[in-house]
Amino acid sequence: MDFFENFFSAWKILSASKLRSFLTMLGIIIGVMSVIIVMSVGAGAQSLILNQLKSMGSDLVAVMPGASEDDGPPPSMMGIVMTSLKYEDGEEILKQAGDHVSELAMYVNGNDIVTYGANKTSTNFVGTTASYIEVENTTVKTGRFFTEDEERSSAKVVVLGSEVVDNLFGDQDPVGRRIKIKKVSFTIIGTMKERGISGFQNQDDQVFVPLKTAQKLLLGIDHISLIRAKLVSPDNVDKSLERIKEILRDKHDLDRGDKNDFTARSMSQGLDVISSITDALKFFLVAISAIALVVGGFGIMNIMLANVQERTREIGLRKALGAKTKDISNQFLIESVVITFVGGIIGIIIGILISVLVAKIAQGLGYKWDLVITFSSILLGCGVSIGIGLIFGIIPARRASKLNPIEALRYE
Amino acid sequence: MIIEVKNLKKTYEGAVPTYALKKINFGVEKGEFIALMGRSGSGKSTLLHQLGLLDTPTAGEVIMNGINLMSLTEKQKSKFRLEKLGYVFQSYALLPELTALESVYLPLMLSNVSKKIYIKKATEMLKKVGLAERLHHLPKEMSGGEQQRVAIARALVNNPMILFADEPTANLDTESSKVILKLFRELNKEIGQTIIMVTHEPDDKKYVDRVIWLKDGAIEKE
Repeated sequence: MDFFENFFSAWKILSASKLRSFLTMLGIIIGVMSVIIVMSVGAGAQSLILNQLKSMGSDLVAVMPGASEDDGPPPSMMGIVMTSLKYEDGEEILKQAGDHVSELAMYVNGNDIVTYGANKTSTNFVGTTASYIEVENTTVKTGRFFTEDEERSSAKVVVLGSEVVDNLFGDQDPVGRRIKIKKVSFTIIGTMKERGISGFQNQDDQVFVPLKTAQKLLLGIDHISLIRAKLVSPDNVDKSLERIKEILRDKHDLDRGDKNDFTARSMSQGLDVISSITDALKFFLVAISAIALVVGGFGIMNIMLANVQERTREIGLRKALGAKTKDISNQFLIESVVITFVGGIIGIIIGILISVLVAKIAQGLGYKWDLVITFSSILLGCGVSIGIGLIFGIIPARRASKLNPIEALRYE
Repeated sequence: MIIEVKNLKKTYEGAVPTYALKKINFGVEKGEFIALMGRSGSGKSTLLHQLGLLDTPTAGEVIMNGINLMSLTEKQKSKFRLEKLGYVFQSYALLPELTALESVYLPLMLSNVSKKIYIKKATEMLKKVGLAERLHHLPKEMSGGEQQRVAIARALVNNPMILFADEPTANLDTESSKVILKLFRELNKEIGQTIIMVTHEPDDKKYVDRVIWLKDGAIEKE
């Protein structure tokens, strides 16, 4: 009996009991599907994050408080508050590294309720310097951004992100009106152009106040959480980075053997760190899907064993008719491979459909989401499902082929 | 002689061993239609299974067409069953998923005959047993008698040296039984098919050439 006849008869037998075959396949379908989805969505999310970071420019350098390994995330990214970076550090960099740094912005962040009359919205407030507009390469839509004078004098002025405008004012023009953050009254002087979502932050759901105003009136702190410097030339990133580190070590009175109490990174280094994090996440998710596949495999073995039991008479009959041991074991092996292979194909199709759906939804929400379905993930799905069919089919197939014909025939 | 049985014994081991067959000796000529008869537990089915290579005797010899069946390996036994023997069982023993035609060509498929030939041969064989109109019916769409005729066609499609039938009419009504037994008789007369049939119907003896009576695992009379 050649392979195609075997395959055809397996198909026939399986389609005779559709529900059972389908339930057997389900484990494989879900497993393969999740591998495809995880690989696709993982790759899509990764490309989204990296693209957004790249679009921020390769001529940016970020300084964050707290030490970190060269390729690890800084503590602030893991939610640990560090106070080692101060306003004066930024000023010092600007003063001493003027030949490397063209613009420099400093940041503190918080989250609170913003109220306008009876309207309320919860949003992020960013305390920053007047140079924010240049460093972040953005513009205001109406009104103006705050000036260096307002920043220095801790003026109570605020610039709103477009989503905050929508939430609080609807169609009205907010410029000139007053809102309250933490019971402090601010005058609105401008609104920002829409920017969409970048990194992990919705750039439109923010309000901007002068750095010192935020430090004193809203947060009660004297440290800053981020310095972002725009370099004169993107070709000398490493040199500029070294210079900035030197200045800060000097300013912080660190001796030769002391570790940095800050993290200074270029955008490309930041990208590497983020890729390593997202890679680890992706691997983790794929590992979980792989567990689903193995569980599906045991399900198949279980059903195939029950199948052998149930079809003892059939096996006896085939043997009595002259089927060789090999014919019988091949038959069962091919059946389980057919189940897993068909399950794998269905899983791949559903997986691709869901990946496409996720991409469409993400694109609909305004993310720059690439639909990534790699040939390797499809190959992996197919290969793994057939492999599982073979591995978990062997035991039932061997058991079936070892049955004694007359005992099998007598079996009721 | 096409079959020679010498001192055949079958014992089921256990706390109290069961001697199912005790020193059976007999011979079968080519073209004979033989009935094995006896009461339940007389060992007639057990004897048939030993002759048909479906079971392994405890002792003794079965020589079929000059070949000592006891000397065959498992693989050779499968081949021998496939090429030289045909079986019809009490319950029709058809695979429920296969149509009449598919059931009949299964043994041919197992012997690696080309598709064109096995379909032709199977169709001819089904015509011979009077089922030309039932080629594409599933077992559940056929009567018991028809199913049993499919089983006979399947048993004969490889031109077996010997056809074994284990109470082929036990589950059939009188009319269908008659059709089956007449079919056996015809096959025996027309193509000289050697048939060994187990039956418990004393009436069946009018269709056969010779009856071997068994009692308590031994031949009582011939």
